[in-house]
Amino acid sequence: MIIKLEDLTYTYSQGTPFEKTAVDHVDLEIEEGTLVGIIGHTGSGKSTLIQHLNGLIKPTSGKVYIDGEDIHAKGVDLKKIRFKVGLVFQYPEYQIFEETVYKDISFGPRNMGLSEEDVDRRVRSAAAMVGLDDSLLDKSPFELSGGQKRRVAIAGVMAMEPKVLILDEPTAGLDPKGREVILSQIKEYHDKTGSTVLLVSHSMEDVARFAEKILVMNKGKVFCYDDPPGVFTRAEEINAVGLSVPQITKVFIELKKRGLDIRTDVYTVDFALKTIKEYLEEKGGAVNA
Amino acid sequence: MLKDITIGQYFPGTSVVHRIDARFKIVITAVFIVMLFSASNYSALCVPLVFFAIAFMASKLSAKLMIKSMKPIVPVIIITSILNIFFIDGVSVIKIWKLNITDNGLYTSGFMIIRLIALICGSSLLTYTTSPITLTDALEQMLKPLAKIKFPAHELAMMMTIALRFIPTLIEETDKIMQAQKARGAELDSGSIPQRAKALVPILIPLFVSSFRRAEELALAMECRCYNGGEGRTKLKTLVSGGKDYAALSLSIFFLSVVFILDLGKVSF
Repeated sequence: MIIKLEDLTYTYSQGTPFEKTAVDHVDLEIEEGTLVGIIGHTGSGKSTLIQHLNGLIKPTSGKVYIDGEDIHAKGVDLKKIRFKVGLVFQYPEYQIFEETVYKDISFGPRNMGLSEEDVDRRVRSAAAMVGLDDSLLDKSPFELSGGQKRRVAIAGVMAMEPKVLILDEPTAGLDPKGREVILSQIKEYHDKTGSTVLLVSHSMEDVARFAEKILVMNKGKVFCYDDPPGVFTRAEEINAVGLSVPQITKVFIELKKRGLDIRTDVYTVDFALKTIKEYLEEKGGAVNA
Repeated sequence: MLKDITIGQYFPGTSVVHRIDARFKIVITAVFIVMLFSASNYSALCVPLVFFAIAFMASKLSAKLMIKSMKPIVPVIIITSILNIFFIDGVSVIKIWKLNITDNGLYTSGFMIIRLIALICGSSLLTYTTSPITLTDALEQMLKPLAKIKFPAHELAMMMTIALRFIPTLIEETDKIMQAQKARGAELDSGSIPQRAKALVPILIPLFVSSFRRAEELALAMECRCYNGGEGRTKLKTLVSGGKDYAALSLSIFFLSVVFILDLGKVSF
């Protein structure tokens, strides 16, 4: 288990009238190398939860284990944990500060105290990973477009080559094309490096397409943690807590309601096509799809 | 974290103190401060304390909050009281090496401590029970007569409103940027002083950039809503003063006169 949470609870502004429990007794284990999609409403505790994973916030109670190590135990260097667990915040482009793109991406690796060649290699490979052209590296990041800035910021964390990469809504505020590009780059990063990736998102569609496992959060608690088919068979419960399942899953649920004997754990269009084909073949109809 | 700062924070409520006209509250707070500083002996000093106690009870705020608001001034209190204890002449009470602790010193430093604490508590009570927007509204109205001598009352109030409005936003933003840079291995709370100063760069630059962005967005949003200064501008919530406001003001003036009487009567311990 790369990540293990034990009875984790976090309360904001304890002792004031604004007190609020953001994470409520969460137990969770995440296996190394998984691409996990984290989904939930605004205020369901997703962002608070992920900030615990690299020790940015200290839990009110409970324990966080990274790679089997209790990160708040005495003598643990939190800085090392932060290089192990890279965290990309929401709207990460607002954290950019250097004169050039190259320097900004190298901020993380430099803090790790790596040699100049090592830093250079990491910066270039991270930039390539997010599709930033070499010619952009010497430009000022403030001259870039919003989407490019975001990629610079993501590259800045990827360049630390963390074992776990966490991204908090990396596609927020991007156009459909930009979303697609960033999501597939994250997927590619996951496939290439074999690292664990946690992707926080609002969109069930995105999560369903890319994640190997889905963590649904509701009101600070883990609603469920399972692979996509497992999660989407509970579509009705998910709807009940106010989250929607992917459009395509809705179609299949409606089909079943209308009396077709069909599976409902369908969550991608490709898989839907296959399911329909199988269904029709079973019924003995001609298929020309 | 930064979020724990309570000074200048508003806690909504419906108590009498919350409902008193903000203009009156400002004046009453001023009267309270005059009381504190015109009291020249302990018995006179009790009067503003009693006054504060009444106001505090009526506000229905928790004592914990008040104590929390004291935190930032603890060092100031300690320093002033130490200076007062050791450097005021009088009859020596305790002598440690070359330092004399005198009766006058103890008397004055006790006085100062009470004054300072009451001062902070009193003004905190004002900001705890009045929203910043109402507060600046009240200030604007009180300064309005000065517009005749070209004093920019409205502009000043608007600037204050905006500044107050953005304090929590900027605190949150700073917090976020700090977290983001920490996540990239920035060390903010260790190292030598030059190192620490250098570590601030990754925080200050994004903060500046975002402040300018916010200012631009806000200016645009204000123009979209046809903002063109204070002239002919009406208020959604106008401040209305009524019986309870005058009653509260009279009460404070009554207490003030008691302070004066006690000062003159030279009733002292």
